[in-house]
Amino acid sequence: MFDRLEALLPLVTKPIQYVGGEVNAVVKEWDDVTVRWALMYPDAYEVGAPNQGVQILYEVINERADALAERTYAVWPDLELLMREHSVPQFTVDAHRAVGDFDLLGLSFSTELGYTNMLTALDLAGIPLLAVDRDASHPIVVAGGHAAFNPEPISDFVDAAVLGDGEEAVLLITDLVGDWKRAGSPGGREGLLLELAKTGSIYVPRFYDVDYLPDGRIQRIAPNRPDVPWRVRKHTLMNLDDWAYPKNPLVPLAETVHERMSVEIFRGCTRGCRFCQAGMITRPVRERSITSIAEIVENGLQKTGYEEVGLLSLSSADHSEIADIARNLADRYEDSKTSLSLPSTRVDAFNVDLANELSRNGRRSGLTFAPEGGSERMRRVINKQVTEEDLIRTVTTAYAGGWRQVKLYFMCGLPTETDDDVLQIAQLARDVIKAGREATGSRDIRCTVSIGGFVPKPHTPFQWAAQLDHETTDARLYKLRDAIRADKQYGKAIGLRYHDGRPGIVEGLLSRGDRRVGAVILQAWRDGQRFDGWSEHFSFDRWMSAAETALTGETVDVDWFTTRERQRTEVLPWEHLDSGLDAEWLWDDWQDALSDIAVDDCRWTPCFDCGVCDQLDTEIQIGPTGVVQLPMPAVRPSPVLATASDT
Amino acid sequence: MARNLPPDRDTAPTVQKLRLKYAKRGRLRFSSHRDFQRALERALRRADIPMAYSAGFSPHPKVSYANSAATGVASEAEYVEIGVAVACDPDAVRDALDAALPPGLDVVEVVEARTPDFANRLEASVWRIELPGVPPEQAAAAVAGLMAADESTVQRLMKNGLRTFDARASVLSAECAALDDADPDCAILTLVVRHGTPSVRPDDVLSALRSVADLVPPKPPRVTRLAQGPLDEAGTSVTDPLEPDRAG
Repeated sequence: MFDRLEALLPLVTKPIQYVGGEVNAVVKEWDDVTVRWALMYPDAYEVGAPNQGVQILYEVINERADALAERTYAVWPDLELLMREHSVPQFTVDAHRAVGDFDLLGLSFSTELGYTNMLTALDLAGIPLLAVDRDASHPIVVAGGHAAFNPEPISDFVDAAVLGDGEEAVLLITDLVGDWKRAGSPGGREGLLLELAKTGSIYVPRFYDVDYLPDGRIQRIAPNRPDVPWRVRKHTLMNLDDWAYPKNPLVPLAETVHERMSVEIFRGCTRGCRFCQAGMITRPVRERSITSIAEIVENGLQKTGYEEVGLLSLSSADHSEIADIARNLADRYEDSKTSLSLPSTRVDAFNVDLANELSRNGRRSGLTFAPEGGSERMRRVINKQVTEEDLIRTVTTAYAGGWRQVKLYFMCGLPTETDDDVLQIAQLARDVIKAGREATGSRDIRCTVSIGGFVPKPHTPFQWAAQLDHETTDARLYKLRDAIRADKQYGKAIGLRYHDGRPGIVEGLLSRGDRRVGAVILQAWRDGQRFDGWSEHFSFDRWMSAAETALTGETVDVDWFTTRERQRTEVLPWEHLDSGLDAEWLWDDWQDALSDIAVDDCRWTPCFDCGVCDQLDTEIQIGPTGVVQLPMPAVRPSPVLATASDT
Repeated sequence: MARNLPPDRDTAPTVQKLRLKYAKRGRLRFSSHRDFQRALERALRRADIPMAYSAGFSPHPKVSYANSAATGVASEAEYVEIGVAVACDPDAVRDALDAALPPGLDVVEVVEARTPDFANRLEASVWRIELPGVPPEQAAAAVAGLMAADESTVQRLMKNGLRTFDARASVLSAECAALDDADPDCAILTLVVRHGTPSVRPDDVLSALRSVADLVPPKPPRVTRLAQGPLDEAGTSVTDPLEPDRAG
């Protein structure tokens, strides 16, 4: 099929993103395997190719003798138009095979903003958009990723969804699909989906019925087959050291958003920030050991040639042995032009020490911290336990250590927030600059304030909260902007970055929507909506008019899904999807939030009964391990290529 | 603040310069110059080539690029020069680097640089342009028309805006043939084009053929640079630019 695509490539922008050929990519023989996966990250290649989740699943599947995996990404509108004109179907970049020919199409949804791109891909692949219209010749469409914790808005389009860690889940699905194919496909497509659903850990929306009350709320979500369980539980991978991926990281030729060797140093987070879906749905904390981290980094650098290592997690400074990890890696790569980064945002002086260690020889340009809330009260509501004193002490250490710029992340539109809470961000930024000037004796320092609109997410204590309407969000942000501009003494040293509140409303609709939102997504896509994460392609008006059309005759509308507060008794659309979090605990935590009561981290204090470890039979896995990392030799260019006369 | 001073000298000084000839083939012809730069720098690290590095906060490996072919254009003759901190065997570098680069970015030859002014030696290129869907007779007539003209003004959008320039004078020779008997409707042009400012590219010559003789290829042409180097005495072909280095 590459021939037909190739003829179109001279006519599109950045054609290299469609040709594959990445270092460490794998192309297996089609006829040598039983189960064939197409894996899609539903955004442009430059965003999707570096995604760790897809890269890991790609390796895990391709390591199996009986299966293969190839990757596919969203094509830009210029190529989409040409593909339609020339009847070129959605293709994989590895062997340029038609996506419609695979057994499975696995989609990784980090956010809800990939939903419309999924529809484009299905349509280009010749796969019916609605799952009920598919037959045995079409791939099983499986959704995963954080957004799959509420797949109800896309339940018309996907055949199945997986909650939680994907490594073991894709192997389980591969086994079941392989068995089913070898047995002669008993029961057809429906028979396979039933096998998947019976596991209790793969959600098949068609086997659940949703009933509604006259006022539009959900009355009941119940399985419509005897063998299908009432609740579907998430997957949790234990013992990260047994899963030392990526082993062969892909090195794209095209420029991408993350050009580095990434290693996940732990999974999960129990800091308990109430707005943070990732922290709630990935519990418990499971650390990778210091030795495994060092091996993954060294192997990855040799196989990729990357110049940067990113130590990833939800809060990397929280690894129990992070100081040793940072020192060992900094020692090892001191002379090899390899930079190390810790994209962490914890506000404390220890974090600055780590950043100093990792940037021994490099430029100290900017450090990022995330206080998230502007006032102390707000930070207690969201359970981000940072005092103003902590922040000032931290930034003072940073500026004194040679860092010129501090970035601060905040949110606007948090529950119980007032104008005053947001205006305190201006005061905080002033205090930061003042402290920085005192610490350095220089006026050459900056502070950038970056603000995002808060979107309440499923499976968090804020899942019941009213989202702030976009008009009020914008008004608050303008007041903050004016307050910073009016500051003659410090205003010029403070940068402000914010986006208008409208995209957040669409994200809110897709995050907490139910099955009725599927019609809105389909209508928006039919009206031309694509690439929702890109401001030049996103149209709020198109989404709102699509919602109006699609929800005609319903008792619910966009406001009902977004700016309406829910009560304890309401059946939420994801009620039957088990993240392990106990509903009572979530509700109590929401009530604590409304009373400004903070809660600690269970890694260092007794268990708070969030429910995850008990219900899912998992446990916190953290160090210190007591294992001492053997000193590794520093890396220097080897002389193997040197001529004899010089050695 | 003292620690914010960058190192003021090259951290790994150059002891030897190597000139590389490489090819950009097949689907990797869609890589841009920047794509190739990143791919090369990573391949140098994977291949463990002992690179020399520049001074400064973010030291860069010493690599100089010369006159690279445009995105979408294949090439059998691209050149790049690297500086190494430990003297290397050029053939070993060729083998290691070729193995480290993805198939389609192929290192053809490596020689030790023994002469200055390499970039100035790249006076002209030989281009092969396949024109699927264009009968050779039609292409030949168009080429004859262009070569008979004194000049042909074309326009191209460049970084600094739309530029208007003559595409005819730089075309030193142009020949036309059929691809093969199996595909009679695919003309092959072979052009020798002198480099200059602005540099006349194959697509500029195609623009000129369009304006002179209304030649509009129905499908995207496939362009390959076959060679680049010093012009020969007749001024109608190029010689090997690495020859002086090979001779010492």
